[in-house]
Amino acid sequence: MKKISRLGNEARLGWTLVAPALIVIGLIAIFPLGWTVWESLHLHELRMPWLGQPFIGLANYVEIANDPRFWGALGHTAFFTVVSISLELLIGLFLALAMNRVFRGRGFVRAAVLVPWAIPTVVAALLWRFIFESEGGIANALLVDAHILRQPMVWFIEAATAWVPVILADVWKTTPFVALLLLAGLQNIDLSLYEAAAVDGANAWWQLRHITLPLLKPAILVTLIFRTLDGFRVFDLIYVLTGGGPGTSTEPVALYTFNALLQNLRFGYGSALSVVIFAITFGLALLYVRGLGVRLGGDEA
Amino acid sequence: MESGASRVAQRGQFRAGKWIFAGALVVLMLFTLFPFYWAIVASLTPDAALFRNPSLWPHQIIGDHYRALFGDRDFITPIRNSLIVAGTTTIFCLAVGTLAAYALARLDFKGKAPIMAFILAVTMFPQISIVSPLYLLLRSLHLIDTYPGLIMPYMTFAMPLTVWVLTGSIRQIPRDLEEAAHVDGATRRQSFTKILLPLAVPSLATTGILTFIYCWNEFLFALSFTLGPERQTVPVAIALFRGQYQVPWGEILAAAVVATAPVAAMVLFFQRRIVQGLTAGAVKG
Amino acid sequence: MARIALEHVDKTYPNGYVAARDLSLEAMDGELLVLVGPSGSGKSTVLRLMAGLERVSDGVIRIGERDVTDLPPQQRDIAMVFQNYALYPHMTVRENLAFGLNIRKQPRALIDERVGAVAASLGLDALLDRKPAQLSGGQRQRVALGRAIVREPLAFLFDEPLSNLDAQLRVETRVELSRLHRKLGATMVYVTHDQSEALTLGDRIAVLKEGVLQQVATPMELYDQPANKFVAGFIGSPAMNFFKGVLTRDGDACEFRGVDLVTPVPCEPTSGGAVFLGVRPQHLEITSDNATGEGTLKGEVGVVEPMGNEQIVYVTLPGGERAVAIAPVRPRITAGERVTIRVRPEGLHLFDAISGRRITRFDWPLTPKRSGH
Repeated sequence: MKKISRLGNEARLGWTLVAPALIVIGLIAIFPLGWTVWESLHLHELRMPWLGQPFIGLANYVEIANDPRFWGALGHTAFFTVVSISLELLIGLFLALAMNRVFRGRGFVRAAVLVPWAIPTVVAALLWRFIFESEGGIANALLVDAHILRQPMVWFIEAATAWVPVILADVWKTTPFVALLLLAGLQNIDLSLYEAAAVDGANAWWQLRHITLPLLKPAILVTLIFRTLDGFRVFDLIYVLTGGGPGTSTEPVALYTFNALLQNLRFGYGSALSVVIFAITFGLALLYVRGLGVRLGGDEA
Repeated sequence: MESGASRVAQRGQFRAGKWIFAGALVVLMLFTLFPFYWAIVASLTPDAALFRNPSLWPHQIIGDHYRALFGDRDFITPIRNSLIVAGTTTIFCLAVGTLAAYALARLDFKGKAPIMAFILAVTMFPQISIVSPLYLLLRSLHLIDTYPGLIMPYMTFAMPLTVWVLTGSIRQIPRDLEEAAHVDGATRRQSFTKILLPLAVPSLATTGILTFIYCWNEFLFALSFTLGPERQTVPVAIALFRGQYQVPWGEILAAAVVATAPVAAMVLFFQRRIVQGLTAGAVKG
Repeated sequence: MARIALEHVDKTYPNGYVAARDLSLEAMDGELLVLVGPSGSGKSTVLRLMAGLERVSDGVIRIGERDVTDLPPQQRDIAMVFQNYALYPHMTVRENLAFGLNIRKQPRALIDERVGAVAASLGLDALLDRKPAQLSGGQRQRVALGRAIVREPLAFLFDEPLSNLDAQLRVETRVELSRLHRKLGATMVYVTHDQSEALTLGDRIAVLKEGVLQQVATPMELYDQPANKFVAGFIGSPAMNFFKGVLTRDGDACEFRGVDLVTPVPCEPTSGGAVFLGVRPQHLEITSDNATGEGTLKGEVGVVEPMGNEQIVYVTLPGGERAVAIAPVRPRITAGERVTIRVRPEGLHLFDAISGRRITRFDWPLTPKRSGH
């Protein structure tokens, strides 16, 4: 009886301490999410208040299914995510392996690599936009000087070329984060494994393939989850770099939703788009966690 | 047994590998640092020179863009806004988050694992999914274009981040120190204030820095929930810089340098701690 | 000072792991009781139950005559020395030592006096203003000890306090601890996995296995009269030899029949069925002669470990069983040699093969008259 009440005390204390944080998260994250779903089932045009807010069922979702701009945006998002994450994983792995070694200037490399991660995405986007400006852009100047381009190029006028600065900027900005996550995984690998392998006569390549990569798999998967979800949320970078243009040819889903909401003030339709993005992200996360059997460090053994 | 020749060959390979490695690293470093270098150079170059013939080396250094930035542009206002919003959010999240993190890291109660899973799930939320209700909510509370109207939405990502990172780092503080304090006669509150809290100061600092950086850099909410220069944060102000005839690149870059400098300084100074904080709890071996 | 008693204590973790099962155990007033057992035996849990760091699932814990079962650690007035010392890294040695007294709001003068006295007795005077990070392993160990002593608690708990020290320091500290115990006359409970540490330190030793108390006894009793096969095998190094066999009775005479060993044994009421004959390595004698008959075994030497003052000989018996014997340094025994082992007629044990319980301890020659074979 007494014992139970004391255990109960610990649970009560636990919930009491966690409650404020949970209430905050619930009020400003979970409750709005429910509201989004509710909005998405209504016609709500802030520009046309006389229409009221009639319930229209799944009409917004039907409109999404038949909206070529949405499908385009989804395609752009997927393209952006796949290409940039592949590059980031490759370069990030290299950087992580590098930072895990001892060499002169390692501290400098670690610090330098963190700065792009820490600065505002908006600033990163502006830096790369300036580099690729058609007039005064240093990229054009350098490429012409190196005789790779015959004349300055207008990067942002065609979809194919507009993706170049977008992807470069993302790789530049987020590879450090990827490298850090992978580095943490690398540092968990017992060094004596390498020593044992070296004694057994394994060369560096064999060690990479048969020790590092298999043991790094959990870290790689976690990174993949984080980055995929980030990729599907991409907004700042493209808003600043291309504004989704030319036309809507680089517009990702988040930007399209933002435009529907705050440019066109179509709150019902925009909310439906929000729900779809949420569902996709959630589905992807579930897929990764279930399908790949990733254990995120939730609770200790 | 390997033959001598192949061993020599292997050593040669090893050396070649080393050079390729070093070369690739140098290229990557150049790629990483070049945009910063270029932004600083360009922000100090007169517009005319910049657009006529961009050159990697500055020929003429001027401070005009910076003067304009803090004069006509009133860049002080967005900096102040950002400091207030990011600072308040960080302090509030640390205060509330420390309690939650302590409970999650140290207390034994049912529901801990689901709470952690829930918090992690919220960190993966797409921000855009809650823009519409938050906008309607803030509008009905007349909080659009106010500080609370930014601080509240910032909690959506800052709170889970704070709790998650702090829980991870508190778990790394050996538990037996608090147990020793209990045996020495300390109550739970005393072992928290006298033992754990002093030991967690570095973790709190790291978490605070991380949360602050995330808030300082946030763009979507700040763009959606502010109306004009009065309450715009740094990223929004920079992104919306407009010139009369052309893009005012000189001033934009000056602003970029100004917005980057404090974050870069913080990162360089607290590099090791930030890395620890970022990866605590994120990856388990 | 006060006794510490566990009465019918159970401890089951939520994941189903049982760390203590119906455990009744008492460290008497002024006694140094050692809890020993292999890892997973629950010995550390028992200590943490005494400290109040874990709560019992059932049963009662008393310190002195007071029921402390539901009291948190801070109200039990005991001191504990942790395996990793658990020195507060943000405090100086002085602050570490004074912590418990400060928490109890003792007067300043008293704190200074006690800290000074304890520091002097442990040779910590010069280190008082250092932080733990600036101390060597041995010094940290002494600070941890000092932090416990300075409080003058009802009892001391030690959780493998020597396991992080190197071999030489460990022996020195062990002697130091013994002296301290005599000086303070304090009740101490000491957890270790090292049976030799247990034998040298303990007034009494409690052997635990999988949360169940196997035996509590003085070191000599434990060694000579082990309650069961587990205790017999755990205490003493190298471990006791066990030969599997059957106990048969023929009238008044009983006999053990093993694979290679046939020998008369005393008759006990429970005699009959499968048993183990337990013989300590000290009681196996290696001869090269071709002696046969009662109490002899033949085998081939596998490994010899020269120890300086003796040699430990591992012998493979024809049935594949192994036996360990301790032999004098001379004559040298070499691997591969065929030898005869003679069981010395002293300190033999019989254990029930199923329950493991000891049936009897006996010496040869037996009375009454043994039967031939």
